[in-house]
Amino acid sequence: MSMLHVVNKSPYERDALATCVGYYRDGDTLLLIEDGVYAAVAAGKAAANLKGLKVAALSSDLKARGVGEDKLIEGLQLVDYAGFVDLVATADRVQSWL
Amino acid sequence: MKFTIQVNEGPYQHQASDSAYQFTKAALDKGHEIFRVFFYHDGVNNGTRLATPPQDDRNVMKRWSDLAAEHNLDLVVCVAAAQRRGIADPDEARRNGKDADNIAPGFRISGLGQLIEGGIQSDRLVVFGD
Amino acid sequence: MSAIKKFMYVNRRAPYGTIYAWESLEVVLIGAAFDQDVSLAFIGDGVYQLTANQDTTGAGFKNFSPTYAALGDYEVTKVYVEKESLEERGLSLDDLQHLTWEDEDEDYAEKDSIRLVSRAELAEVLADQDVLFNF
Repeated sequence: MSMLHVVNKSPYERDALATCVGYYRDGDTLLLIEDGVYAAVAAGKAAANLKGLKVAALSSDLKARGVGEDKLIEGLQLVDYAGFVDLVATADRVQSWL
Repeated sequence: MKFTIQVNEGPYQHQASDSAYQFTKAALDKGHEIFRVFFYHDGVNNGTRLATPPQDDRNVMKRWSDLAAEHNLDLVVCVAAAQRRGIADPDEARRNGKDADNIAPGFRISGLGQLIEGGIQSDRLVVFGD
Repeated sequence: MSAIKKFMYVNRRAPYGTIYAWESLEVVLIGAAFDQDVSLAFIGDGVYQLTANQDTTGAGFKNFSPTYAALGDYEVTKVYVEKESLEERGLSLDDLQHLTWEDEDEDYAEKDSIRLVSRAELAEVLADQDVLFNF
């Protein structure tokens, strides 16, 4: 019984990621899309929030924003939209932390 | 799997409609069924046919209309949200005494019950917004 | 006839600054007719939606807060409010509307609709839902 948490806003603009992390449970996955992908930058303060979580990010949103793969946190799963669809199908429910 | 997609924001202002479109397209390519795409809040503005966006970028509204035509999608614009924001089909325009309608091809206007029904009938609800 | 689903409406925005609070309530009211197992969650700034004494006369827009009091009549009886969010904002249950519902199975006894829960408790509740609406 798992949840896919989708965060689409930058952690430096909104509290969505910070709130989401409080609701994340073992077996869940966190997917970063749109401006949410900035959280996956290893050198950023927000990266600390992602420790111990299963995190994925939409590669097209990272590329669009010029975030190089060498800048990302360890263990990040990069997905395309097909992968996004798979993540939704695999989880039991989806929570969009808008 | 059956998906219902909820789009909470208008075209261009937020990436929500783009993300929803790309997700919908990918789901269809994988052989999933899109039960409904429901446009709420400013998302109703995706359903206008009067926009003339610049030619060198994607046409968010037309992209939805084209996808709907290609896959026989049910694109629903919430009637209450549409009335508030000025998106109307010929029936709504006539009913509310307006001199024009502006709904784009492939979109239909209906009630919030369609979103609830989507939640009931689909395996997954995916919400795109701000 | 499909099985009843657990519907959760998640509210995280303050009222009036944006339309999300009001338009999400409209979904809840329409949704009530569909006989699903409905819960509402108020997290973060969402807790501000439930504060009492909202007076919009000077602001020039409609005060929709009385609608929350009607939720009980729509058989919406599970209104979760996150404790940490209230405390962070210097609020307590006393600052919120007193929402109630009438339990027809107990002689229409009036019961509290608001369930004050911790983040950890609310996470358990969310993890048990089938459909999560966000606005």
